[in-house]
Amino acid sequence: MLANTLLLALREIQRNVLRSFLTILGIVIGVASVIVMVTIGGGATAQITEQIASLGSNLLMIRVGQHHGPGQTEAAPSFDLADVHALSREIPAITAIAPSASQKATAVYGNANWSTTVTGIDNKFFKVRNWTILSGRQFLETELRSGKTVCVIGATVAKELLGQQDPVGNNIRLGNFSCQIIGALEAKGQSTFGSDQDDLVLIPLRTFQRRIAGNQDISLIQASVAEGRSTEKAKSDIEYLLRERRHISSSENDNFQVRDMKEITRMLTGTTQILTTLLGAVAAVSLLVGGIGIMNIMLVSVTERTREIGIRLAIGALEREVLLQFLVEAVVLSSFGGLIGILLALSGSFGLAKLLKIPFIFNPGIMIIAFLFSAAVGVIFGFFPARKAARLDPIDALRHE
Amino acid sequence: MTMTGPVQTEQHPLVELQGVSKVYGRGTAAMQALDGVDLRIDEGEFVAVMGSSGSGKSTCMNILGCLDTPTQGKYLFKNLEVGSLTRNERALLRRHHLGFVFQGFNLLNRTSALENVELPLIYQGAKVEERRSRAARALAAVGLSGWEHHTPGELSGGQQQRVAIARAIVTEPTIILADEPTGNLDTARSIEIMELLTAFNKDQGITIIMVTHEQEMARFAGRVVQFRDGQVLADTTNGERL
Repeated sequence: MLANTLLLALREIQRNVLRSFLTILGIVIGVASVIVMVTIGGGATAQITEQIASLGSNLLMIRVGQHHGPGQTEAAPSFDLADVHALSREIPAITAIAPSASQKATAVYGNANWSTTVTGIDNKFFKVRNWTILSGRQFLETELRSGKTVCVIGATVAKELLGQQDPVGNNIRLGNFSCQIIGALEAKGQSTFGSDQDDLVLIPLRTFQRRIAGNQDISLIQASVAEGRSTEKAKSDIEYLLRERRHISSSENDNFQVRDMKEITRMLTGTTQILTTLLGAVAAVSLLVGGIGIMNIMLVSVTERTREIGIRLAIGALEREVLLQFLVEAVVLSSFGGLIGILLALSGSFGLAKLLKIPFIFNPGIMIIAFLFSAAVGVIFGFFPARKAARLDPIDALRHE
Repeated sequence: MTMTGPVQTEQHPLVELQGVSKVYGRGTAAMQALDGVDLRIDEGEFVAVMGSSGSGKSTCMNILGCLDTPTQGKYLFKNLEVGSLTRNERALLRRHHLGFVFQGFNLLNRTSALENVELPLIYQGAKVEERRSRAARALAAVGLSGWEHHTPGELSGGQQQRVAIARAIVTEPTIILADEPTGNLDTARSIEIMELLTAFNKDQGITIIMVTHEQEMARFAGRVVQFRDGQVLADTTNGERL
């Protein structure tokens, strides 16, 4: 009986191909947009997580000043090397600590010049930030200690100044001194925040302090927390130690901040997830609208086929058999809509992911959910018209013109 | 039980109306369609029901066809009180015992003759192959072999009514209820249809109850019941057929 009903439904749909297609368009769009939103959202989340992991996920960033919001930073005294030494001595959870200071500067090579950020570092920097040296080497201990004019450059700087040639061994000019390139970094690409991570020149911290900044200040301390140790605990230990060293009384706020990359990851992925949910919910509304479209057409269909229903009832069809016939028709219709929507969403989200340069993550779960949801829409919105058909009086129905 | 009408050896008539009344509407708008009708029909009879429009004959047919129930009185089908059955029980009764032929043919559009005839068998739950062969046999019985795959739109009125008759007999029903089966047909086609019905009545012993306006068609029946104002005016036996 069910196979017959299914066949009957398919034939009824095939009889009105155009109308059936227009009927399910709402479901198609609804299903497609829900899947696209969720897929793109999932891709964006994955991308953020991956990029932050490339920074080192157990990284703590210790900065001077208290951020009150975008662009509002309170001036505060800088850190110095003594702070760095104190941190690495007193906090055992820290495995690597990398002090650094940065400033904008113009790098010149031959006729080419490029405005970039020059950062003074020591070799721990490579480790805590997960930088890989593509060619050349890190700084030597002697170079760091004596403040030699050597540098390691990022992929963007290499490309802008030296083009395709191997940068190692060449000299570039930074501000008022010449500097030998001893290493080139592997490209990392854009950061989550849209800035180019490869646009940088690294020089020994001492060289930076002497030749560029002219002071002993350290603006950023990056610390790696040992695997398996609580970053929360390390963070509060650092805060405690720094408050003591900077003589901050208990009534005052910190004039520095310690940020946990995990916290940033959570914050960013949380935001994208909320956005994804929201967009998905908006898309789900179109599924609802699609369902109403199906109900409308099914009601029209019941009216059009009143005589047919009358014949079936007179011949001896039970109420539930007529109900099932129309319900199956509505469900088949909406399921078709779901299937077409899924196909559309697959190609759509694949294309969009490419366009937005985010990874395309195939998510079978959401496809199944969307399909089941579309079938459920058929059941819910098909029920009322089907019941109307089933409850027709056979005498009236047969008389219907 | 008092014995009226044609003398029968069977203990129970096939169908029996006992003081059946039917009122449509309520209050001042109420319309008395049937007013205390007594009627019994035995197995194997061919009954013509006549009367002007509004005489109650259609209402009577609807009740006999288990499509409607009496407001008052009893309708016994094989001694079963139909008035006490639920809608679905009456549907099952129609499915297994009744066949319908209508004035307007009432075939499913854009559906082949064969599929139209198969329809009642689908509801009886017959297997595909059995359905096919039984429907083809029924079509052959009404002289429509070779027309199985034509849709109603491709058939003449007479042919459509034959398909409808095939659909009615395919389940081998106890009774065929025909509501002005020749109403839309010319005389030659009408006579063909009447001959078909008579043949099924005689050869297969299917009881036929037929509404008609035309005296000419009523002559094919063994018995004529006349309705007027919701009551049975006359119940006569066509002598020459007995």
